[in-house]
Amino acid sequence: MGVTLEIQNLHAKVDGEDISILRGVNLTIKQGEVHAMMGPNGSGKSTLANVLMGNPAYEITEGDILLDGESILEMEPDERSRAGLFLAFQYPVAIPGVTVANFLRHAINARMKEQDPESKGISIPAFRKMMMEKMGKLEMDSSFAGRYLNDGFSGGEKKRAEILQMAVLEPAIAILDETDSGLDIDALRIVAEGVAMLKGPNLGTLVITHYQRILNYIKPDHVHIMFGGRVAESGGAELALRLEEQGYDWVREKYGEPVS
Amino acid sequence: MAVAIRRRSSAPTAPSYTLEDVRALSEAHNEPDWLRTARESAWELYEDLPMPTLQDEEWRRTDYSRIRWDEADKLVQANGAKADVVPEANREPLVGEAEGGTMIFVDGGLVHYTFSEELKSQGIIFTDLRTAAIEHPELVRENMMMKAVKPTDGKFAALHAAMWTHGVFLHVPRNRAIEQPFHVVMYNTRPGATMGHVLAVIEENAQALMQVEYASASAEQQSVYIGATELLVGEAANFRYVAIQDWNRNTYEFSHQRARVGKNATLDWINGTMGSQLTKAYLEMELDGYGCNARMSAFFFADKDQHFDLDTQQNHNAPLTTSDLLFKGAAKDVARTVWQGMIKSLPQMQKIDGFQACRNLVLSEDARMDGIPGLEIEADDVICSHAATFGTLEEEPIFYLMSRGISRPEAELMVIEGFFDELLDRIPFERVRERLMQSIEAKILS
Repeated sequence: MGVTLEIQNLHAKVDGEDISILRGVNLTIKQGEVHAMMGPNGSGKSTLANVLMGNPAYEITEGDILLDGESILEMEPDERSRAGLFLAFQYPVAIPGVTVANFLRHAINARMKEQDPESKGISIPAFRKMMMEKMGKLEMDSSFAGRYLNDGFSGGEKKRAEILQMAVLEPAIAILDETDSGLDIDALRIVAEGVAMLKGPNLGTLVITHYQRILNYIKPDHVHIMFGGRVAESGGAELALRLEEQGYDWVREKYGEPVS
Repeated sequence: MAVAIRRRSSAPTAPSYTLEDVRALSEAHNEPDWLRTARESAWELYEDLPMPTLQDEEWRRTDYSRIRWDEADKLVQANGAKADVVPEANREPLVGEAEGGTMIFVDGGLVHYTFSEELKSQGIIFTDLRTAAIEHPELVRENMMMKAVKPTDGKFAALHAAMWTHGVFLHVPRNRAIEQPFHVVMYNTRPGATMGHVLAVIEENAQALMQVEYASASAEQQSVYIGATELLVGEAANFRYVAIQDWNRNTYEFSHQRARVGKNATLDWINGTMGSQLTKAYLEMELDGYGCNARMSAFFFADKDQHFDLDTQQNHNAPLTTSDLLFKGAAKDVARTVWQGMIKSLPQMQKIDGFQACRNLVLSEDARMDGIPGLEIEADDVICSHAATFGTLEEEPIFYLMSRGISRPEAELMVIEGFFDELLDRIPFERVRERLMQSIEAKILS
């Protein structure tokens, strides 16, 4: 029995605004499964990713999110992370003055201290070895570790750094928010192969994307279409292919323009 | 109650020194006649100048009326305390095991002195200023308060010239390049007044590196520090200078610090302000020589009710000169900081490149930070720009770090430390960087 993320009738809005962006999302992701979430702009995909991670810019008005049967609504983002949730950001934030290595070591140590408050954290040689190994797999130069996190990174470097963090933190459930957007073919290949490499029985993945092409690398078990703040359609890999060929017009016709 | 009011109204608004105090200083140290004369003429000037007030433009954001001069103006007397009263962190070598030279002053008295024999044999002078005035009178006389800081610079500059209590003299003759750093600590164990002087003369084509640290043990009574720093960087010379101030919270500092940079010379000046109740410091670079390059980097962090007022000038006195100023500061609680900067050039000073930026991180609603950049450029073929920015701790990077399992307090710490890292990175000593990061961390968490 692996970890399960259950999203139940989730409603959410931007904190301080009136209009709901999520209007009753239902979705269950189990460890070992790959789910793709597609949908037109403004359908609520990125909001869902942020709400799952606990971004304080959003407010949940109804519904629940359960991780392993326990509600995580009251948990801070750092607690959710340590509980096994991971978000690869669409727009990773630059943190000037904090190196990639320093940041990753803090993140690992936070996990070790959660398990054992007495823990002194990972030793520097062990950490370096582990980091260099994972960076090598993602075709990242070792100088990357000494750079300030996301500061002056190219689009491809930012996304690779997200996957590196995912590789290091080994989450149970990972949400990839448009990790493929803004990447050229080579960068997409490296990032997608990186994700594919992490696939396995211990990782459940929600791949949020506009495009079929990343799904050629990360074969989804389930494909969902988000529309008007709900999961409108669910199916297998064929659903993604249908979107690739026909676009979203048929979805709009079937479900109508979202009402405010 | 009535007594308290009367005492307050009769409290002195200026130090109570007299000419006798000036003479007593010279007498106690058997100073040469030229120095006695210099002190006494500075004293005359001091007496003629009014104490600065909030009505003076340079002082209008800095109210020092909380000084109880009747306790703060007592000259600190060394009472036999040894170097071991100085915190280990200040005493340990900046890098490796050995330094070019080390001087530790406690309460104005020199209690520890080392100086590499090898450097000494090369003709380098690194000694306390009193000794230098006797052993190298010409060098001190022609440089001290004659070229960089002058008694006429203001009330406190004149007071310093009349009554300086201790100091350091570094003289590097031409063509000498020294890799090992010089390290000076001025530490006070007792409250009262000290007036330290730093005089560095780096001659033509010479190269050196020095760090000066100021600190004091906490005390109930008030202290004042009336300081002067003079950095004379000769033609094609290269000087790196780091000064870090961490006075106790009952200290008021007034200091004039000025560098003169010669033709094709390079100055890299780093300044840190962490301590004191109130600091008013003038930090000025005179770019005198064609083609010279001067950089000033400063960090400051004010908390509780600290007040820092840093007044900078980049004076381009020659064509093709480059100056670069970066200040990064934070304020929390009810602290107040002021940076006012000026880049100046005369009409004929073409092809100059001047930059100034002050980045302010406001960490509480009641803290106040002012940044006032200024340009007075009379030449037309120049590149000059300035910026003052103000920001608070943003939620976006905090959320990002938290999403990786890092707790909010730790995430905030990382973002603030990251803000300072770019600046601390310019300090050439890893131990010092780490120590400063720890004191920044302590202020964030306090």
